Amino acid sequence: MIVAGIEPEAEMVHWWFATGILVLGLLFLAETIVGPEVWARRPWRRYLWPGTMFLLGLLLWPVMALYTNSMIHMVAHGSWAQVLMLSGGAELGVVRGKLHSQYWRLTSAGALLVSGTAFLVHEQNGWFFARAAFLHHALGWTLILAAVFPLVQAIRPRSIVAASGFAMTFFVVAVLLYCDRDSAAILGHFSQFAGVPHR
Amino acid sequence: MSADIAHELHGERERERVATATTSARVRIVLAMGPATAAAGVVWAVVQPWRLTLLHPHGQGFWWLVAEPPLYLVLVGVLFRVLIARALVRDMEDAGR
Repeated sequence: MIVAGIEPEAEMVHWWFATGILVLGLLFLAETIVGPEVWARRPWRRYLWPGTMFLLGLLLWPVMALYTNSMIHMVAHGSWAQVLMLSGGAELGVVRGKLHSQYWRLTSAGALLVSGTAFLVHEQNGWFFARAAFLHHALGWTLILAAVFPLVQAIRPRSIVAASGFAMTFFVVAVLLYCDRDSAAILGHFSQFAGVPHR
Repeated sequence: MSADIAHELHGERERERVATATTSARVRIVLAMGPATAAAGVVWAVVQPWRLTLLHPHGQGFWWLVAEPPLYLVLVGVLFRVLIARALVRDMEDAGR
């Protein structure tokens, strides 16, 4: 009870992760615009987005431990933590020169697929139950469909379309996460079982 | 000067002009990304002022005063411009020389 009293609301956690994901989107887009050669001219810059991704995975562990609404929530948050750390870690290995295959980008495709599936599986309510439910469905399908971009990048690393699509995915995900409220209407729909609606 | 050499020089200049224009367009986009993000935060704050609890702090708890999503956008935009975009543009210009 004490922990519940001092914990931030779930919607705030969504906004903080939205900020991290927005940072990732900006970094991906900037790298796509300037090209990998210019991006790699300063060694610290190569570690930025893989490091941010790894950090987001790491930060998902306290979310898993503290926001235990249900078993399925724990499994979803835990799986996100693992796949984000795997993807960030693999990319860190690539930029460090420890890993060489272009197919390590498949870990990002796996991260998007697992994250999307976890969003869909752990949302027990229908699309129009409340805004949070709608956003979870939208996020799930966005991530699953967007997994095609890193998949293409693994096969064609220089594909501008795939790189741009991958970057834009993070902006869409950030916007959807920023829109989250614990209980709010979505397009005029709000279930009577969803609590007191906020703006 | 033979017509061949003149034609070659003209082609080279044209290629250089296109390369410079492309680089400057990219520079402008990279420089605009931070301010655009910050501007999105400002617009959001104006459209949904209730998302900024700092505007009505009375009775708000600690976390509600920390959670200011529109300000996060402004902060991310400013930091990206200062910490990332500037160095990136310098490197683009160096690479273009």
